[in-house]
Amino acid sequence: MQEFDLEAEGLRALNSALHAQNNDTNQTAWEILNPKGSHAIAVGLDAPIDVTVKGSTGYYCGGMNQQANIHVAGSVGPGVAENMMSGTVVIDGDASQYAGATGHGGTLVIKGNASSRCGISMKGIDIIVHGNVGHMSAFMAQSGNLVVCGDAGDALGDSIYEARLFVRGSVKSLGADCIEKEMRPEHLAILADLLDRGGVDADPSEFKRYGSARKLYNFNIDNAY
Amino acid sequence: MCGIVGLFLKDKSLEPQLGSLLTDMLITMTDRGPDSAGIAIYGSETTGNAKLTIQSDSPDTAFAGLDATLSTALGTPVTLSVKDTHAVLDLPFDKLDQARAALPGIDPSLRVMSRGETLEIYKEVGLPKNVADRFDIRQMSGTHGIGHTRMATESAVTTMGAHPFNTGLDQCLVHNGSLSNHNSLRRKLRRDGVHIETENDTEVGAAYLTWQMQNGATLGEALESALDDLDGFFTFVVGTKDGFGVVRDPIACKPAVMAETEQYVAFGSEYRALVNLPGIEDARVWEPEPATVYFWSHTTPPTAQEKAA
Repeated sequence: MQEFDLEAEGLRALNSALHAQNNDTNQTAWEILNPKGSHAIAVGLDAPIDVTVKGSTGYYCGGMNQQANIHVAGSVGPGVAENMMSGTVVIDGDASQYAGATGHGGTLVIKGNASSRCGISMKGIDIIVHGNVGHMSAFMAQSGNLVVCGDAGDALGDSIYEARLFVRGSVKSLGADCIEKEMRPEHLAILADLLDRGGVDADPSEFKRYGSARKLYNFNIDNAY
Repeated sequence: MCGIVGLFLKDKSLEPQLGSLLTDMLITMTDRGPDSAGIAIYGSETTGNAKLTIQSDSPDTAFAGLDATLSTALGTPVTLSVKDTHAVLDLPFDKLDQARAALPGIDPSLRVMSRGETLEIYKEVGLPKNVADRFDIRQMSGTHGIGHTRMATESAVTTMGAHPFNTGLDQCLVHNGSLSNHNSLRRKLRRDGVHIETENDTEVGAAYLTWQMQNGATLGEALESALDDLDGFFTFVVGTKDGFGVVRDPIACKPAVMAETEQYVAFGSEYRALVNLPGIEDARVWEPEPATVYFWSHTTPPTAQEKAA
């Protein structure tokens, strides 16, 4: 176990140390102490290591992650796991706006609530939120899955492409071109796997599926001003 | 980008530390606003008296003998306590408007920063740490306070462009964001006789709230109508004699974090600003919802409709 006191040693030293790890590293477990809301903790990692952050973080924690498993024992500020490629980011608390934005892959689990724009422009990431998500979540979502075990705010899935959205609770409103879709057996199977990976004990049949009506794919003169 | 901090104390034993706690929170927000800073602090009250906080770019000459001159003009004793470029005039409450009217005649370069029974506003250009040091904010006690660190986007970096803005008796406003309809709104308010001094967008927001309240709205109602009439991005924190309020625009791009314990309610643009508060580990921490007016007050129960002043 590598223990790193962020307050004492500084952010640049932390991220340099984490970037120095490769696929063959023996230093596979890291614990970061005193994060105190600092920004850009454990960004740009590219090694199969386990990183635990003991406290809450600021902006962009775990951004651009590849391979690493990052666990935040606290809440996170805006842009957690932004543009993640692979690996896992698990947040024990809440996440601020645009969690998992533009993520290409990997799994983001938020055990509390996520605020606005969760999964904005997601491109393949799987996001599992135990609580609620705020307004404009999955805006322009292109692929991947967003699972919301609580409620979704206004304009869910506005201008969505091909991502799948699963919501157990209420949806305050759907965004442009986002519609409720039939939950077929293959979707229930996909959702069961996502819930399992997200550590959620819930019955997939309690969820509704939302996705693109595919009406915005081609130019429609009626949409022009 | 700007930084906002706010601290509302429930536990009286923390009151002597208010200035010190707020100063640390303010300095943490330097990255968000290094060009100017300001603080509104709600301190002690002398029954029947009011405080007029004034500013001058040449304090040595402007403040010399000002208490005596004003005292003669008002026919009542006035005390003056100077802090760097600012000074607090303590005078009978019923002479407050007369004093404000008399000041430009005594020295047209004097600017009124705030007026009220407990409110004092200090703001200047410079790094937040330096601004806080100049006014010795760390030593100040009080019931609650609001701080702001500015990164100017809409208008010049000047003392009068810094926040907080005084919106009425014992009321102030700080802003993170940018208003896009401030020019048209400024013209409209000026046509209605509202005094607006600078080209700053937040000053228009402050003048708008003042104008609403002069026309009978409560602060809560003024903030509700701001959601309709102000175009642009904003997280506003407003200070009142009894507490503070928070409202974010419906898009809510501008960050806001709240923390509440048995001892206090705290606001920060980022969680970083709150990490050294006592008992923060066990605080309830959350983000205020978009387009929702919140109030915390020493008078209960706090609601958005409360007549705040």
